[in-house]
Parts: sequence; structure tokens; C-alpha cells
Amino acid sequence: MTSKILLARMEAHPADSNTLARYLDTGGYEALRTALKKMKPEDVAAEVKASNIRGRGGASFPTGVKWGFLPPDTRPRYLVINGDESEPGTFKDRMLLERDPHQLVEGIAISAYALDVQQAFVYIRGEYPKPARRLQRAINEAYEAGYLGADILGSGFDLDITIHLGGGAYICGEETALLSSLEGRRGEPRLKPPFPAIEGLYAKPTIVNNVETISNVPWIVANGGAKYAAIGPETSSGTRVMSLSGHLKKPGDYEVVAGLTWRDLIYDVGGGIRDDRELKAWVPGGASAPWFVPAEHLDTPVTIDDIAKQGSMIGSGAVIVMDDSTNVVGAAHRLVRFFSHESCGQCTPCREGTTWLERILDRILHGYGRPEDIGLLLDVSDNISPGLSWPPAMTTICPLGPSATAPVVSIMRYFRDEVEAMIPAPVGATEAPADGTRGEAAGD
Amino acid sequence: MISHWSHENQRRAQQVLNRYPEKRSAAMPLLYIAAHEHGYVTDDAMREVAALTGLTAAQIQAVASFYTMYKRDPVGQYLVSVCTSISCYLRGADAVLAAIEDETGVLDGETTPDGLVSVEHVECSGACGGAPAVSVNWELVEGLEPDKARELITWLREAKPEVVLGDEMQMLFGGQESFDWGPKEIEGAIAPLPAFDPYGTAKADEQ
Repeated sequence: MTSKILLARMEAHPADSNTLARYLDTGGYEALRTALKKMKPEDVAAEVKASNIRGRGGASFPTGVKWGFLPPDTRPRYLVINGDESEPGTFKDRMLLERDPHQLVEGIAISAYALDVQQAFVYIRGEYPKPARRLQRAINEAYEAGYLGADILGSGFDLDITIHLGGGAYICGEETALLSSLEGRRGEPRLKPPFPAIEGLYAKPTIVNNVETISNVPWIVANGGAKYAAIGPETSSGTRVMSLSGHLKKPGDYEVVAGLTWRDLIYDVGGGIRDDRELKAWVPGGASAPWFVPAEHLDTPVTIDDIAKQGSMIGSGAVIVMDDSTNVVGAAHRLVRFFSHESCGQCTPCREGTTWLERILDRILHGYGRPEDIGLLLDVSDNISPGLSWPPAMTTICPLGPSATAPVVSIMRYFRDEVEAMIPAPVGATEAPADGTRGEAAGD
Repeated sequence: MISHWSHENQRRAQQVLNRYPEKRSAAMPLLYIAAHEHGYVTDDAMREVAALTGLTAAQIQAVASFYTMYKRDPVGQYLVSVCTSISCYLRGADAVLAAIEDETGVLDGETTPDGLVSVEHVECSGACGGAPAVSVNWELVEGLEPDKARELITWLREAKPEVVLGDEMQMLFGGQESFDWGPKEIEGAIAPLPAFDPYGTAKADEQ
């Protein structure tokens, strides 16, 4: 395994990896100095493009290509860093913000120079005040030391960074919803096109990149894009911080190089299943991703493309592991409940569909399922995302609604017998008590 | 500027307004400051934020009602938020919520009669590796088992900490963490709002 990029400093200096003193002591802000003094903005952008880094927020879009979409002449332009995280299972940006905030500040400064941006915003989810405080202290230190503000390091380049806290809405991780929120609106996604690179914040050209993506930029500039591209498989270059959670012995954030197998990741990196139970299924890339099961996927490689070929996605790099004690209807219900709660309500298929999926799963879970519910779950899912394929077909402005069908389709594909077994037989079926109370949860 | 706000909050409001190219972008931060001024997002608070941003009160209400962290009803001194999303669910979050409901005597979404503790379930807290997770005034405790959750409530009632510090709660009641927390954190929350200085609620531990 290649040495660490993003986690190196915090692992070597756990007590003070967040401070400017430690950052400088470990080579910090040298890449910014190099970029400002020795490189043209387009040279910096060329290194990022050469790195082949793909966005770490979920969509895995090549960062350099995204940067290339900016219209050449329109000013001002904005850079917005997406630290909304919020995808269930994901907690990597929280660690990067808390434990190595200067790495991000330097990445923003270099990226802003490459993009000719003078104002950057970092959108951090409201539930993360501690990461926001850590980043704000780093920003304050950087201003004092001349790495931010006017005429940075005497180069004539100016940059301001502002942190914007969210208000507890998952949808704001979707880039156009994030921009709506940053403009003081409800966090409702916008139709694309126009893409943010053309019309983003205040309808000006805007680049939105994830915290982890931009945290890689200092290393890429210091070592060269080609060296980054050489790490790992060709289309999954670089390292990636994966958040492992669920029924593992060693849940946590791990920086890995793509190409290891799921068996390596779950049994070596994650320490295996708690109490040495059997692995039942896992979510490979955050709550939105279709599930994987050991019989089909355990020895397949963890790369962006291999996962996509098998009908799922690496997404935000969040792996949620379920052992054989898991009630899959309960797990799917909990995932669908999340999407139902977080639907912004603009699009009917998502707003109504996620609500009904939650209700149907809820009644199956509590022993009131009807035989027709199996077909109904798939029918409602198909109305949100016709064909139930992956990547999902869209009937909605953003992918939230279609994502909610992933757990439903997954339990139907791999555990249909378990779902059916939770539905009472139609003859002599249990009727809901007339007093309106709920029955005991089956299988809990 | 809103003249009856504390001088400190007026200063913070101006500081926030100065950070954005367009005033409307200050709506969310100003709602936090207004909530700090009034205790929660009152109708007056929304009108005041409207005046400061040049938006209408209806536009501000539309924003405040969209985001779950803007509480438009009174909230307790300690807002206890139990994560019940998938990773916490898989590691027993429902039992943690039940223990907290039992210990406080109030249900999910309610506040104790003395106004001290509000209980709610929340969607993913970003503490999945430290499941089950709970936050108090948005300061996190990870690996909080049901018995320890009861002790946490008792501690809030008896110690009534002025500053809620994540490190302190984690040391007293927490377990498995998502990752090594590393550096000691010196600031915490003094209100049921995210403790982030420009928004007016962070306070350093004096000790």
C-alpha cells in the first residue's frame, strides 16, 4: 500500500495536527508558495487534470474536467467547498476538517489561484460545529500568516474564505441545492443545465468540490499530477478515505488505494465482523448505493469502475456492513425513512414515492404487510426510477428520490424470501387491532 | 441593525453580513444569531432577519421551516439529539433513544417540564464509526450505550454544565469513536445551537 496522503500528518502528530505550527513543520504551505511563485494558474489546473482525481463527494466526476467547464471570460467566479457530508455512513470530511484543516485551506488557496477565484465558501453541515471551529481557527491562522487575504505571499493574488453552516438538510450536499442554501434559500436542487460551472452562486460561474477532493490538491501540486495518477488503478487514481461502519470489529476512517478486494477491506482493514458472525450484506458507497452480498461481490475489486459495472457506486466511500443478525426489512426501512425525511418536496415522484415506500416497509416490519406489498414496493420504486436500473433513470430534478429505491431493490434482489416471510398469510391473516395500536415488530 | 439585540449579537450580525457579496446569503447565519438572542427562532426573530437581509418575512419563514436545526418552538437548555440512521440503528440506537426517553420522562420531540432537556431523534450525525452516537447542543458523544445514556441525562440534570464540551462527555460516557479525536477541543456550546463563534454561541472552557 502506498504511503498516506491525507491522513499522514494526523497519524504522525495526533496531538496537534490541526495547528499551523505543525502544518508548517511538516512542509505545509510549500505547495502554495510553489504555485504562486513558480506556476501559472493554468499550469496548476493542468496538474490537477493530470492527477485524474475524481470527486470524492459521491458522483466521482473528474475534477480537472469539471474545472475545464468554466467559461473563460466571466468574472467573478466562485469556489465552493462541499462539507455537507450527511450521506449516512460517511464521516470522512468530519475527520479531515477536525484534524487537518490547514491541508484543506492550502488546497482551497491553490485551487482558487488556478481558477482565478477571489472568494471561496466552505459549506459545512450544521451538525458539525466542532469541525467548523477547527477550520475557522485554521483560516484565522492562515490570514495572520499571510496565506489568505490580500496579496498572498507577495504574489498579488487575493483570496477570502468564508465558512457557511448548514441547517440540518441532507439535500444541501447536492451541489445546486447547496448553492440555493448558500444564497439564503430553501435547499432545493435546481435543474441542470445550466451547470454550476456556467451559472452557479449568484448565477456566476462556480466550482463546487468536496472537502476530501480539495484536501488532495497540495500533495498533487507538490508531487505532480502524474505521480498522483500513478497511485492505484488507472481510473481510480490516488488514495481515498473510506468510512467503515456497521457490524465491524474496527469501524473507522481508513485511507486506502483502490484495487483491494471487498474481502480485504471488510476482513483486514475493518477487522472482520463483530463476534465473528457471518457477513450478510453491505452498502458499498453510502446510503444511496445498491447493496452488495458476499456470494457475488466479496472477492471483487474496490474501484470506481468495478463497482459501477456491478450496478452500484463507490459514492462517498461509506461502507455500511450488516451481519447475519440484521433484519433486512428493518435496515431498508431505516434507509428509506432517511430519504423520505430528507426529500425537499419539489418533485412528486420523490416526495410521494419515498413516503409510500417508508409506509409499506413500516407495515411489513410490524407484521401488517399484505401479499401485494411486494409488487407494490417495486411498482412505487419503478415510478420514481423507471426500469430500476443503475445508474438510476430519473423522473426528478436530483438523484435523491431514485437513491431511495436502492435499498428496496436490493432486499428484493437478494433477500426476497425474507421479506415474503414477514408478510402474514392472506387466509386467517392477522388483522390490525381495532384500537389502533401497533403489533409487535416481527423479527426484532 | 436590530437595536434591542445585545451589542455582541449586533456586532456578529454585521460581521456575517460583511462576509457575503449579497445580503440574502446571511439569512441562515443570522437565523442562528437571532435564535441565540431570543432562545429559539421566534416570529420576531424571522422578521428581524428579514429586515437585515432585505428579504420578506415570508421568505425567511420559508427558509427557517426548511431546515430542521432552526427550532421554531421553545427548546430546552440541553438539546439531546439521538442519531437513529442506519449505522447507529445497526448498533442499537433505538435502545439508546428509549433509555433517554425513559430517563427524562419525555418522548422524542418533547421537552421536560422544567425546560432543561429536549429529546429528539435525528438523521445521520456523521458519527457512524462511533455508533450509537448522541449529541448535546450539537457537541458529540460517540459509542454511547443505553446505560451510559441514562448517566449522561442524570449528569446534565445535576451538573448543569454551563459549557457543553464534547471531550468531557466522551470521557465520562462515551465508547467507540469514529476516529481518534486527536487534539483536545477547548470550545463548547452554551446554547442549543451549533457552537460556532461568528454565530454567537461558542465558549472556551475556562479551566
